[in-house]
Amino acid sequence: MDDFLIRALLAGCAVALVAGPLGAFVVWRRMAYFGATLSHASLLGIALGLLLGIKPTLGVLAVCIVVALLMGLRHRSIKTEMLSEDTMLGILAHGTLALGLVAVAFLGDVRFDLNAYLFGDILAVTTGDLYGLYLGGVVVATILAFIWRPLLSATVDEELAIVEGIPVHIHRLVYMLVLAGVVALAMKVVGILLVTSLLIIPAAAARQLSTTPEQMGALAALCGCLSIAGGLWGSATYDTPSGPSIVVASLVLFVASRLFRRSV
Amino acid sequence: MSEALIEATGIDVSFSGRQVLKAGEARVGVGEIVTLIGPNGAGKTTMARVMLGLLKPDRGDVKRRADLRIGYMPQRLNIDPALPISVKRFLSLGLSRSDMGHGLRHAVLKETGVDHVADSPIQRISGGEMQRVLLARALLRNPDLLVLDEPVQGVDLGGQAELYALIRGIRDQRGCGVLMVSHDLHMVMAATDHVICLNRHVCCAGHPETVSRHPEFVALFGEAVAAELSIYQHDHDHEHDVHGNVISGHRHHHDHEHDHG
Repeated sequence: MDDFLIRALLAGCAVALVAGPLGAFVVWRRMAYFGATLSHASLLGIALGLLLGIKPTLGVLAVCIVVALLMGLRHRSIKTEMLSEDTMLGILAHGTLALGLVAVAFLGDVRFDLNAYLFGDILAVTTGDLYGLYLGGVVVATILAFIWRPLLSATVDEELAIVEGIPVHIHRLVYMLVLAGVVALAMKVVGILLVTSLLIIPAAAARQLSTTPEQMGALAALCGCLSIAGGLWGSATYDTPSGPSIVVASLVLFVASRLFRRSV
Repeated sequence: MSEALIEATGIDVSFSGRQVLKAGEARVGVGEIVTLIGPNGAGKTTMARVMLGLLKPDRGDVKRRADLRIGYMPQRLNIDPALPISVKRFLSLGLSRSDMGHGLRHAVLKETGVDHVADSPIQRISGGEMQRVLLARALLRNPDLLVLDEPVQGVDLGGQAELYALIRGIRDQRGCGVLMVSHDLHMVMAATDHVICLNRHVCCAGHPETVSRHPEFVALFGEAVAAELSIYQHDHDHEHDVHGNVISGHRHHHDHEHDHG
């Protein structure tokens, strides 16, 4: 196997390992649209990063953190808020996407490969990128391990958790920030357009085979890694774009898990 | 009057300019079952949420006894079917790590009569079993005060009577206070020491029998209901003062020794 394929596999697995359990929460808490909003907002982050001359990944991280803070702190005015979360997300998703496209136009003479950001660039991962990905992955995994139990409690029933003394708003905010971090990490692997799929599809595939929350988180991580491997194999064999091939592989796993359920 | 566990006074709540509760007040004493009744939209759940600390009132005051442990049973759970979780695991979320594995979970499930669903996925159990599991979760914390929001929701008539009997039994056993929210008057009347009738304000309050004769109560629920309700009031094991408060009788004290083996 070529070196760049091994690096791609390692990079993809770093992201898939944390995206799996984090994605399980996205599924349980019905936050798919929040994930999509982060992915739309990422384009603005890339453009800002390039305009300011910093790493686009940092730009994405910054914009995603702002989106997470806006949504996470929304509960403070919930009594007087008249617009639903769904509407707010829609405004943020498309507002930031439009701002991103406008900002890209300002870049004018800056030369960059937009496609690499939209669809991922996993085959071009360098050893330096790998260190960054694993460092980010370890940070995300550590935070998730710390908030797992209270977050699960709040996911089952938020008010019950509050009465039992869990500061649910803080945990939700931390979770949203971690999610923002994973979106920034996953951009390299599948691109901003397909980031949400890496969170949701492996977790959904894992559901059929799980009886505990932890099992589902672990299986989602495994399904994610299998998708990375399958997608990279397909990409190398049929010369298809790597990011979309990874998502197609996860889709195959998901459909297989549905068929498995039928047959049990 | 027994020592107050929780006492709310002068509670005003409005949602986007519409007042849903004015000068609401409620008090629960040790070993006392207090029920908030009233028609839909009367502010019963709002009042309970204020007392739980889930909702900040525009005005008013909630005093809790120091170190008050509250066990809360919400109206319903809204767990996504995508979350694989058993009844036992659901209960463990209400425990601190150090209390895990002492058979506590089985003990409370036995107490509420649903030991047999311990390993079932929580989305698969019936409505009646669910209510009992939620009650078990509330009991897990060995609470001084139980707050039950529509505890018999989705339970058939026979089951409702059993559930109310169970709640009474738990109060007798554990000596905890109970605050219940209910809109169904019949059974609640028999299972309650003190009724607070709400209709965006406190219409009337007192012993069930006194309340069911109160003009505002009769106006709210109609003559027929009021007359029918008074049939349910038989057990005169205690006396009341003019406000319907119990002034003497059998409010017993228990040793709080529970075997959680």
